[in-house]
Amino acid sequence: MTTETMRGTVAARSTAGIGWTRIRPLVIHLALAAAALVMLYPVIWMVVSSLRPGNEIFREPSILVRDLHIENYRVGWNALTEPFTRYLLNSAAVVFGSVLGNLVSCSMAAYAFARLEFTGKKLWFAIMLLSIMLPIHVVIVPQYILFSQAGWINTFLPLVVPKLLATDAFFVFLMVQFIRGIPRELDEAARIDGCGRGGIFLRVILPLMVPALATTTIFTFIWTWNDFFSQLIYLTDPKMYTVPVALRAFVDATAESSWGSMFAMSVVSLLPIFLAFLLGQRFLIKGIATTGIK
Amino acid sequence: MSALGELGSLRGKKPAGQLPDRGGGAGKVYKKDNLAAYLFLAPWLLGLFLITIGPMLASLYLSFTDYNLIQAPQWIGLENFTRMLSDERLHNSLRVTFTYVFVSVPLQLAVALLLAVVLDRGVRGMAFYRSVFYLPSLLGSSVAIAILWRQVFGTEGLLNQVLALVGIDGKGWISDPSTALGTLVVLNVWTFGSPMVIFLAGLRQIPTMYYEAAAVDGAGVLGRFFRITLPLLTPIIFFNLVLQIIHAFQSFTQAFVVSGGTGGPSDSTMFFTLYLYDRGFGNFDMGYASAMAWFLLVIIGAFTAANFFASKYWVFYDD
Repeated sequence: MTTETMRGTVAARSTAGIGWTRIRPLVIHLALAAAALVMLYPVIWMVVSSLRPGNEIFREPSILVRDLHIENYRVGWNALTEPFTRYLLNSAAVVFGSVLGNLVSCSMAAYAFARLEFTGKKLWFAIMLLSIMLPIHVVIVPQYILFSQAGWINTFLPLVVPKLLATDAFFVFLMVQFIRGIPRELDEAARIDGCGRGGIFLRVILPLMVPALATTTIFTFIWTWNDFFSQLIYLTDPKMYTVPVALRAFVDATAESSWGSMFAMSVVSLLPIFLAFLLGQRFLIKGIATTGIK
Repeated sequence: MSALGELGSLRGKKPAGQLPDRGGGAGKVYKKDNLAAYLFLAPWLLGLFLITIGPMLASLYLSFTDYNLIQAPQWIGLENFTRMLSDERLHNSLRVTFTYVFVSVPLQLAVALLLAVVLDRGVRGMAFYRSVFYLPSLLGSSVAIAILWRQVFGTEGLLNQVLALVGIDGKGWISDPSTALGTLVVLNVWTFGSPMVIFLAGLRQIPTMYYEAAAVDGAGVLGRFFRITLPLLTPIIFFNLVLQIIHAFQSFTQAFVVSGGTGGPSDSTMFFTLYLYDRGFGNFDMGYASAMAWFLLVIIGAFTAANFFASKYWVFYDD
């Protein structure tokens, strides 16, 4: 595809006006559409396969849907000790707490970094940026010890409390960037009207930074929903399993004998991500473009 | 400005951008507001010391101990580190991780750059393609996609079914130690969408007058790419490179699920992080796991520093 496109454009220049200029966009579109199809084909195939009788997964590479076979979903939903509803609700609880925690704690820290002057600001800011790049593995062992001594294993607290304490520093940085773009004159006007720091934050900055809050919400949602490592470590009681941990237990328990229902539950687990993507792509694209977060 | 740019400017290499220096360019002097500032920072500071710096120091201490979570940690000096020197499985996990990082990241960025350049040339429906290519970045780290990968690259998987249509007899890509890591590389390349979006944002910043001037001078498509696009994009390439390398060193979920938690076959997908998990949470060898974690931090830090150092020679700043 690469060389074709390149050659196409080179040819278009050298023989400008003759045919190629018209064909070129078509060639690029075909190449892009082919690339997109190849990329998404396995995912589409998984969705289609989840609606087929189990053994067809091993001999039907097409994505033609003949009849809808929802048996896989019924079986998969009840394949583990708890119905899948339980895992979805657990994941939803963790996501809800994480989103709330990130919104409150990160916006507070971001306001201080973007608008207030204080001793040690540059140092703290540098530490905040560095902490974005810190691998979780360096802190996970002592964190595990700390949380297990607090009796928090098999609760959602180890997953949610850190978010309430703004440990997701990407979002602090994202919000700092956004607040810097809000004219300071608005702060000044509010101050003249008698607003204190808290008032300016609540009544001026927060309402104006809704796009940044939306980006934070969507990214926190997707990352927490997908997060596996910390949920695997802190949730060992099947009643407390979140969706990713349950899916993984499913793989182990069924020893790959029931791909149909495994695919069905995988599709269920991806659905919220897909919806978040559809509803929030504007904020997602803007978010990564301005801060470069993954 | 990106996080890396901010760090660079804090080191005093570039002017401090939009950081509101007191008495700086705007000519306004903002008075200090320590009480309010530290109140707003309180949650973050608490988290920094309780959840980040405290545990970091604790894990540094534990790395010099023998600790199994039940008995109190026993100081054993450098023993964990000398043990790492002779731990063959650890050496293997380093080989696997390095191969993964240094094959998958350049491939991923090359694909991301290529598609960004194609999309940036005013393709109609650009937003649609951008979304489609970006979607795998969101799905890629999920357990569900890892399960899909297990099937697709399995002996009777989708890939071999497609290959059979053209008469090729495929093998079990995941059960063969020589190709298992390759399937994970493919998975990482598959998530090229997020660096692609960053490249697209960078391409927007290149003034069109450069291209117009080059076109007047008779530069072709390739000439414009190598003489204008590529040099002006080096800061973004650098940014993506640093970020993706840090990210790839920490990969865990995909290798864990694809290999069924074993890092197999024959340790061929045993990432450093998987081995760390196995030592710490599989065998409760917390002292050794802490030593490994610090070693990982040093490796990532060293590569990031080397990247910054090397950037002086190939990253071009227009301003």
